[in-house]
Amino acid sequence: MDIIIIGCGKVGEALAEQLNEQGNNITVIDTDAKKLNEVSSKCDVMGVTGNGATHLVQQEAGIEHADLMIAVTGSDELNLLCCLIAKKAGNCKTIARVRSPQYSSEAPFLKDELGLAMVINPEQAAAAEIARVLRFPSAMKIDTFCRGRVELIKLRLPENCPLVGLAVKELSSKLGCDVLVCTIERGDDAYIANGNTVFEERDVISIIASPKKANDFFRKINYKSKSVKDAMIVGGGEIGHYLCDILVNDGVSVKIIEKDAERSDELCAQWGNAVTVINGDASDQEVLLEEGLQQAGAFVALTNLDEENILLSLFARSEGNAKLVTKINRIDFEDVIKHLDLDTIIYPKSITSDTIVRYVRSLKNAQGSNVEQLHQVIKGKIEAAEFIIRDSSAVTEEPLMKLKLKDGILVAAILRDKKVVIPRGSDVIKPGDMVVIVSADSELHDITDILR
Amino acid sequence: MNYRMITYILGWILIFEAIFMTVPAITAVCYGESAIVWFAVTAAICLAIGLLLTKIKKPQDKKLYSRDGYVIVSLSWIVLSVFGALPFFLSGEIPSYIDALFETVSGFTTTGASILSDVEKLSKSMLIWRSFTHWVGGMGVLVFIMAFVRLSGAQNMHIMKAESPGPSVSKLVPRVKTTALLLYAIYFVLTLAEFILLIAGGMTPFEALNTSFATAGTGGFGIYNTSLGGFSAYIQIVVIVFMLLFSVNFNSYFFLIKGKIKDALTSEVCIFFAIVAVSITVIAFNIRSMVGDLGEAFLDSSFAVSSIISTTGFSTVDFNPWPELSRTILVLLMFIGACAGSTGGGIKVSRIIILFKSLGKELLVMIHPNQVKKVKLGGRPVDHETVRSVSVFIVAYLLLFVASMVLISFDEHDLITNFTAVAATVNNIGPGLELVGPTANFGFFSVLSKIVLIFDMLAGRLELFPMLLLFTPATWKK
Repeated sequence: MDIIIIGCGKVGEALAEQLNEQGNNITVIDTDAKKLNEVSSKCDVMGVTGNGATHLVQQEAGIEHADLMIAVTGSDELNLLCCLIAKKAGNCKTIARVRSPQYSSEAPFLKDELGLAMVINPEQAAAAEIARVLRFPSAMKIDTFCRGRVELIKLRLPENCPLVGLAVKELSSKLGCDVLVCTIERGDDAYIANGNTVFEERDVISIIASPKKANDFFRKINYKSKSVKDAMIVGGGEIGHYLCDILVNDGVSVKIIEKDAERSDELCAQWGNAVTVINGDASDQEVLLEEGLQQAGAFVALTNLDEENILLSLFARSEGNAKLVTKINRIDFEDVIKHLDLDTIIYPKSITSDTIVRYVRSLKNAQGSNVEQLHQVIKGKIEAAEFIIRDSSAVTEEPLMKLKLKDGILVAAILRDKKVVIPRGSDVIKPGDMVVIVSADSELHDITDILR
Repeated sequence: MNYRMITYILGWILIFEAIFMTVPAITAVCYGESAIVWFAVTAAICLAIGLLLTKIKKPQDKKLYSRDGYVIVSLSWIVLSVFGALPFFLSGEIPSYIDALFETVSGFTTTGASILSDVEKLSKSMLIWRSFTHWVGGMGVLVFIMAFVRLSGAQNMHIMKAESPGPSVSKLVPRVKTTALLLYAIYFVLTLAEFILLIAGGMTPFEALNTSFATAGTGGFGIYNTSLGGFSAYIQIVVIVFMLLFSVNFNSYFFLIKGKIKDALTSEVCIFFAIVAVSITVIAFNIRSMVGDLGEAFLDSSFAVSSIISTTGFSTVDFNPWPELSRTILVLLMFIGACAGSTGGGIKVSRIIILFKSLGKELLVMIHPNQVKKVKLGGRPVDHETVRSVSVFIVAYLLLFVASMVLISFDEHDLITNFTAVAATVNNIGPGLELVGPTANFGFFSVLSKIVLIFDMLAGRLELFPMLLLFTPATWKK
């Protein structure tokens, strides 16, 4: 596909890199030639210097033949304008990043009336993801498939966990759990689990199961599975704002610490008594302790400084037993931060680019049994995709054990008649099923791609 | 420095060189020449080393930085020439290896300077190999390889930047690979068109193929001692037109195909044709008294001007005895060269434009010290980096030029010979004036001078920096 990306910030760059790797032709537009140089020396994309909201520049980037235009500049208005012009200049689908709550609340209107294919709000998406994890604090990350009927849950095995020392295949016989272990990350290695893999302490594993079975599993390995009752949020920016909205709705008692007095007033006016707003500097340990850090069920660090967020979370880890959520803006140091034992890390930029990449993948193959949902299990290495089986094909005729699957492919779940089946060798995929496939090969476009 | 990756790409270069050898091998079969043995031997050597370097163990770390790109490009060209010279040497048709190397480098760099006094003595397969090296070298070997070998894209850009002529490289389409394929497609179609037109003019297929290869790469190896002299006016006009076509920026053709005529007629292309038109007219009137007929004077001067400015180096008449004005203009044209992004050599028209404009800017700034002024090309501001790299290019160019002149003057030939010999090799033209004029050759130079000129040809083709970086100690430091 020919894709034009306007705005070469962190999100634009991440998008260019990921979409290019998946075989799309990418043209990036930015006013800053230096940034374009940087991105085009990192990956195989073309750069066009200029204002992306002008017809001339869009033409130079080849808008007439583009299939998709993604506007991710820093300004909402510019993004919307880019989309409008692209819509008129070419006949492509358009995606805009819109982060201001005022516009964002009008997203459906914008989509319909301006003909946008997608309006993405990174802060809102990040808040939604945080809220999801707080509902299930034992997990590091939760993705859902098949309209919420199947969950992909990532967790770290604690010390003295009953799983340690067991092999994957002994799971159902020894513990009686009907869950499927997809991947295991150990140190810097990540792989798709097979029956003989033995769990070790501090492994990060991901499992697929229905929500009920997952609860069961967590109980059996002595994990708390109750949702968070009270949360302490540091930083009252946009994400904090959206997060409060969701948490208040969920009935969580929220305490938000904001440095800026004016912003504190604004936040206070918004919710009244439902949210406790504290005007104070969270980098002062006394403030945190005074406000009950030691008793908090969850601690969410959302300041604008990555370093501060990490330090705050580390402090919270040492002082209490709260579920930690840390927001990190810079994607570059992911590998280092991974080792810090900070429970859940939220990368708003990755969430944005992942959402868009997911959309592009589903665009690519509009017919047949195409990708319905897509989640990265391990970034850039292993992903999980959901397919709806519409017609019978090579995969629907024989039991799974007789199919010649590619290496690194795992049929993780089948949803049939609203029931989740964790597939065994004798199961058969039938038309009408929803199937979740975990793969180490990102070139999965159709269900038949899983075959050799 | 990623040495494993460098040797991996060099391995591919050798594999492709072996594939290139099939062209002269087939010719040898057609004409029943025994030279096929030597092409087969060379191809086998190349293939063996190439497979050894590429297939045994693939490099784990595929990351290339810009210095790796430069080193890969310059080493590739050296390796290509060193092995490409083997058939000439092994068959004994060019007895000295240094001469054979000179001839091959002259071929790949599309210079067209020869050390042979009697070209017609070479076997037909050797002649076609000579011309074919022009064709391969014209568009760039690595660009060709990039179109076929799967490397991750961004890294290709470092290589393409280092190999392509001109102050800045722009892609036509987002992917390097597609860009490379497009360029080669244009190149191939133009070559084919010339081949057909030459056949229509009564050339034998062998003559037409050689001439098309040599024109496409703007090389200039002839297959007769008189180069293209003695061919009909029609043939000469076809060659003139194609020499000029191949010295236009290939991006222009891309825009033409897309129907964007305005984008195709860049200021560089317009100025290039203006220079050509003015030079042809001045020289034609200048040599009219010598030739007699004005029409013929125009034909001769058109051929000489196109041949020199496109840096091809074909000749129909000897321009050595022409009046000084004409000779001086021709020498000036040698330095200007073709457009950036073409197969031609020289300093390049766009660099000359940028130089003049930045000179104008500097003069203005002297008059109005606080004035803000930007150098513009085609209505767009040229960024400071490009202007600076053009100035540095000229400095490096002059230094190389002077150093080469000093080194070859040890041979005690006259100044014009030395000057034009260096100019003709650095700018990848071929013939110079006096002893190295269109009817003469480079065979009389000493071994040292030949090595200097070989270096000049390579440096000129790769736009100086890749070759100079090879001799910069910092390149090899960790």
